[in-house]
Amino acid sequence: MFGAGGGTSSYREIEETDLIILWGSNARETHPIFYHHVLRGVKNGARLYVVDPRRTASAEWAHLWLGLDVGTDIALANAVGREIIHAGLVNWQFVERATTGFEKYREAVEPYTLEWAEKVTGVPAWAIRQLAHDYARADRAELCWTLGITEHHNAVDNVFALINLALLTGHVGRYGSGLNPLRGQNNVQGGGDMGALPNKLPGFQDIEEDAAARARFEAAWGCTIQPKRGMHISQMFEAMASGNLRGLLVIGENPAQSEADAGRAARLLSQLDHLIVQDIFLTKTAELAEVVLPATASWAETEGTVTSSERRVQRVHRALVPPEGARDDIEILTELARRMGHDWGHLTAEQIWDECRSLSPMHRGMRYDRLEAMGGIQWPCPSEDHPGTPFLHGRLWKDPVEGPLAPFQPVQYEPPVDALSDEYPIRLTTGRRLEAYNTGVQSGRYHPPLAKGEHLHLAPEDMRALGLQEEERVRVVSRRGALEVPVHQDPALRPGLAFLSFHYPDQVNTNLLTVDRWDPKSGTAEFKATAIRVEKLAVPAQPAQDVQTMEVPT
Amino acid sequence: MMTETQNPMEMEPTASERTVIDAILGSAGAGNGAARTAEGLRVAVQPERPHGRDRLLPVLLALQERIGWVSPAALGEVARRLRLPYAEAYGVASFYALLHLEAASPAVVHICDDLACQQAGAGRLIEACEREWGPEGAGEGERAVAWHRSPCLGRCAEGPAVFVQRSGASSFGLGAVETPATVMQSLEEGPRPESLPFIYRTDRHPQPLTERMGRLDPTSLDAYRAAGGYSGLRRALALGREGVLRELKEARLLGRGGAAFPTAAKWEAVAKSPDLPRYVVLNADESEPGTFKDRLLLEQDPYAVLEGLTIAGWTVGASKGYIFLRGEYPLARARLETAIATLRERGYLGESVLGEPFAFDVEVRSGGGAYVCGEETALFNAIEGKRGEPRNKPPFPTVHGLFGRPTAVNNVETIANVPVILRLGAAAYTSLGTADSTGTRLFCVSGAVGRPGLFEVPFGTTLGELLQAAGGLRPGRSLKAILLGGAAGSFVGADSLDLPLSFAAVRTRGATLGSGAVIVFDDASDLREAVRRIARFFRQESCGQCVPCRVGTERQWELVERVVAGRPLTSWHEERERHRDLAAVMRDASICGLGQTAANAIESAWALGFLGEGEAVQ
Amino acid sequence: MNRGAAVEGRTVTVSIDGRPVEVEEGSTIREACVAAGVEVPTLCYLENLAPVNVCRVCVVELEGSRALVPSCSRKVEPGMQVRTDSPRVRQSRRMVLELLASATDLSAAGEEVHRWIEAYGAEPDRWGEPAPYTADAPTPGSAVTLEQPVKVDNPLYVRDYSRCILCYKCVEACGDQAQFTFAIAVAGRGFDAHISTEYDVKLPESACVYCGNCIGVCPTGALMFRSEYEMREAGTWDPQRQTVTDTICPYCGVGCTLELHVQDNRIVKVTSPLDREVTRGHLCVKGRFGFEFVQDRGSATP
Repeated sequence: MFGAGGGTSSYREIEETDLIILWGSNARETHPIFYHHVLRGVKNGARLYVVDPRRTASAEWAHLWLGLDVGTDIALANAVGREIIHAGLVNWQFVERATTGFEKYREAVEPYTLEWAEKVTGVPAWAIRQLAHDYARADRAELCWTLGITEHHNAVDNVFALINLALLTGHVGRYGSGLNPLRGQNNVQGGGDMGALPNKLPGFQDIEEDAAARARFEAAWGCTIQPKRGMHISQMFEAMASGNLRGLLVIGENPAQSEADAGRAARLLSQLDHLIVQDIFLTKTAELAEVVLPATASWAETEGTVTSSERRVQRVHRALVPPEGARDDIEILTELARRMGHDWGHLTAEQIWDECRSLSPMHRGMRYDRLEAMGGIQWPCPSEDHPGTPFLHGRLWKDPVEGPLAPFQPVQYEPPVDALSDEYPIRLTTGRRLEAYNTGVQSGRYHPPLAKGEHLHLAPEDMRALGLQEEERVRVVSRRGALEVPVHQDPALRPGLAFLSFHYPDQVNTNLLTVDRWDPKSGTAEFKATAIRVEKLAVPAQPAQDVQTMEVPT
Repeated sequence: MMTETQNPMEMEPTASERTVIDAILGSAGAGNGAARTAEGLRVAVQPERPHGRDRLLPVLLALQERIGWVSPAALGEVARRLRLPYAEAYGVASFYALLHLEAASPAVVHICDDLACQQAGAGRLIEACEREWGPEGAGEGERAVAWHRSPCLGRCAEGPAVFVQRSGASSFGLGAVETPATVMQSLEEGPRPESLPFIYRTDRHPQPLTERMGRLDPTSLDAYRAAGGYSGLRRALALGREGVLRELKEARLLGRGGAAFPTAAKWEAVAKSPDLPRYVVLNADESEPGTFKDRLLLEQDPYAVLEGLTIAGWTVGASKGYIFLRGEYPLARARLETAIATLRERGYLGESVLGEPFAFDVEVRSGGGAYVCGEETALFNAIEGKRGEPRNKPPFPTVHGLFGRPTAVNNVETIANVPVILRLGAAAYTSLGTADSTGTRLFCVSGAVGRPGLFEVPFGTTLGELLQAAGGLRPGRSLKAILLGGAAGSFVGADSLDLPLSFAAVRTRGATLGSGAVIVFDDASDLREAVRRIARFFRQESCGQCVPCRVGTERQWELVERVVAGRPLTSWHEERERHRDLAAVMRDASICGLGQTAANAIESAWALGFLGEGEAVQ
Repeated sequence: MNRGAAVEGRTVTVSIDGRPVEVEEGSTIREACVAAGVEVPTLCYLENLAPVNVCRVCVVELEGSRALVPSCSRKVEPGMQVRTDSPRVRQSRRMVLELLASATDLSAAGEEVHRWIEAYGAEPDRWGEPAPYTADAPTPGSAVTLEQPVKVDNPLYVRDYSRCILCYKCVEACGDQAQFTFAIAVAGRGFDAHISTEYDVKLPESACVYCGNCIGVCPTGALMFRSEYEMREAGTWDPQRQTVTDTICPYCGVGCTLELHVQDNRIVKVTSPLDREVTRGHLCVKGRFGFEFVQDRGSATP
């Protein structure tokens, strides 16, 4: 958050807090076991606020649901901040001692009155006020978010807007008060831990700014590390488009279907000089590859560790013998290195982990046997007698504050890139469903009765206005593409708001519609805000397969 | 009923179902904020509902009465409106025998075939109904009239009794039903006016609980006041809380519901609890076979009961009283509602009772047809809109009762004694009865006696004297056995006529006064049928929560059926041993009094030789 | 978890079978028994659920208490004198096991259940000829059981209520002890009480979200993975040949521990350990059932 990226609280704290805000998170469906902790918290007396354009399954449990317009999170958050300031609810003890930049923040949010925010977000001013007051007054409060915050062109600004609220109220660095991005995918946190970020070495050590860390890695690896950040995935696609990136190794990702504006992504991947895909399946991306390296399933066929949303490093174990020909990721990578002239020898997962521990201070105390015995350890864990860290930034409450102060990061509201117009009057937002996952590569192979195939969810009013019946196929058109899909009436939506998941790209390739404008700071694309129109089909529909690859000039 | 494709969640209730639901839960717009208004699409506030769920049983009973059944669509709507899981609402609805979850006939006749009515010819009535209306329960929803056997309906002195549920009209009870034609006549012309059973009158001792019954207009507060009514409450208000407790302590009032717990101690525990709010609850779920005294108190003397309840509220510091009334007692409900309305109007209930800084009001809740709800914690659960499953104790109701709050729960007869004690004073009260059992007791005498009815006599009166008052046995008959305390009680033999009816004396014979039911069997009575009925009763009334009772009552029923049929498994001796084992585990390990007493009567039947090889009754 | 307002560190001394045992305030008698090294049989108790104390197999004799008390829920009080092996206790436990076994198919219950039946001398056969479930009057000589058709109405799990002891665990796990879905409840009453969806609709028409947390807590195999059920039917289910390996769920980033039950290199069942803070034994539909994608990949050589 301020330094290492990770949720500041433990799940346990969610059960013992007084107020929980889920902002842009439908955890009931996307993080079901985290939501168990939320519901325990509610049962224990916590108040739950859900900020989401849709009245989701999560919002059903909320004491107050705020149904803002897609992409107006900063408008809402800044209005909450302004209201906290004007109502005299700022936690001065915290702001004065532990933060910097309050004045600039105050100035930045001053125009965000409740009335203005009501107009922009659509949420009644009283509800914004109530959220502001209750959050500020709560003894303990947890603010949690997911992709509803980060899948926007201004994702990082969205996150800053929320962090500012925690700084204003002192809801960070204490038991039961914190900031928690819920990681959408298994080991996204672990990827960050291990330096799979453009500017980080393992342990969130900055490759450009932390010369001492660089030197440690150089000494250990016997090579020079350039103090230069790499590309994130959106930049890679930019580089592919400009011809500067000609070769790509893809490990366990399916960007041909998961990227926004999927038509363009697939085209760029197929135009590469050399594409290598390392995966357990022959995915759509793998189909485009020159070389496919069959891998093992990391969670069931190999040894190693993953890191969860509460910064808990946990062991995965081999339970199954992998299929013939599939090789462990470590083996594949060491073999690639050997072919490139670096013989790293035969390495076990534990050996690699121990090297990581020697270089990453936050992981240092996490011996394999300790991870086993303790059911995982939450970082930072700097020594082998350290129990791990349930919540971060307790230092901000020390007197004097230890380490750097927490900066306010004033941000300004910008509407979504893909503007609504008469031609594209409906806001499509995308997300997950409980039973499925990402592009369905994994979840597509079991058959829960919940899986009813992809449908475009529409508000009952829009269904009526368009003269549509349940299950009727429609044509959905965005500025980038079009597809056909049956509709489903969803009372969680209001008129003008539509929803699709991206779990069934072979049936409905949702990302043909989405916009590839991405956040320059994080590289995340604006999956959450697409302008569409829905067309009633005059003639009986064609099968979806014939349509999904069709690109429509707009 | 359900077709495979019907998803009840997607079915819509009918307009009339909606009307019934709206009348109790308010219009659909209120509720969970799902309204598709401009604001409702932007923001949803979860309504605070500390007790919202407690509307469940009232709305289901209203649907039953107005619509004739609780349809999937209606139940789904109720669940949505109360923010209650549908499956859970179904679990609750399916617990209560008076709720029909499949389309029912416009008239459903419940025919009592329990211990007293059995002796009064219920078997003949059932045969006639079967000829007239077809087999039990069959064709429900298609026939105009359907019928079911019923456990005791609380009209034991006027058997055979029936209770009739009508679709779209209020239900009613009838006594002395000889033929199906009597029922049809009531259905066509409306229920005939209520008649009173025999009520014992004597000059030899005061009868403070029954002296007004049948003599005063039960709907008239003025009549009650003219007879001394509400002087007890005035005295209570003057005495203060401590004073009332002292008076009750000195009067040594013991609970009449069966457990004989000192009322003053119970109230004191509630009064001293720091937790608020506190509640008083009147247990008017009279269902013990052979018992009808509470019904008569409520129907004939409702103001006396309400006066007692108000004194209870004053003493423990409660501002709300609930009356949980047996669902089969619609007349009592009507009389109570009338009385409560009058009392509110006249300042005896409401924000300031009799001008004192004491707010107290009373709400009547009807039961759904479940004997186990007479158990106090099951009763709380029923009021709270849950299945009537008893809770494990401790914690006790005085600490953790209705809605988890300190609660004084008392039987109707106990509460009716309270104004009497305050009016007469503890000294005069204790001059009645025995040292350990003060005051008078209501006995419901039924079965093989000349004058079945309600008998108020001082504690210590012998069983023989009581039977004498009830007209003795019929001419030429000899006494076989007496069931004291109903199905949860036990049989005593013909040699027990000298038994003084006091808590202590009865206990020495291993029996109990229980609810005050006294069912008399003579040499013409079929005791085997009685024992079968008791076994079936517990099999049908067990809530099913704990293993000893759930499976034990089934095994006991099976055992009794085969023993009575003369077909013991292995040997008579082993059957006796099996039953001993059942009795032991039910008594020792069941959660509540139902299971703990479910084998008592049958145990006593074995002991007296009414069951087993060479049964004494054969 | 359910310790109420006990003060941490404060202890209470009770006597278990004559031996003094010191336990934390707010502990249950069962916990005191465990501390004393005394085994207490339980069926409806599970460490990740609040006690419902309905099976009554854990009853003990408490001095001063008329009836036996359920040790799973009764809190210790200073000076309590508890007997776990008195004739009354043995009798009640024997009868509870005997009654359950006479009504329910316990063949898929844990081995400890069979051990207790043996140890307490329960004789379920002495109640008559087992007969299929009916609410009607019994035929003399028969012992009505819960035998009824298996409910197979979805591809993920089966419900065989012939095996159900009505311990309420599935209802609790589906309800406010874990999942908060409330798709099932106890319906009916007495011997007819049973676990049911609303109006007994099939699971796919109910609120069920297939988390399988009900299976995870079921002590008798009444709720069973379809995979296990079919293997049992085919006679290929063999726990002796199964390994159980801990790993982390491959789906979202919450980090749920999975126990993969593997037989012949195939995952046949997924559970989660009760003692992990993240899951407390509970999973979602993906973690519980979404493992198929690693099966049947055949040869991975493209």
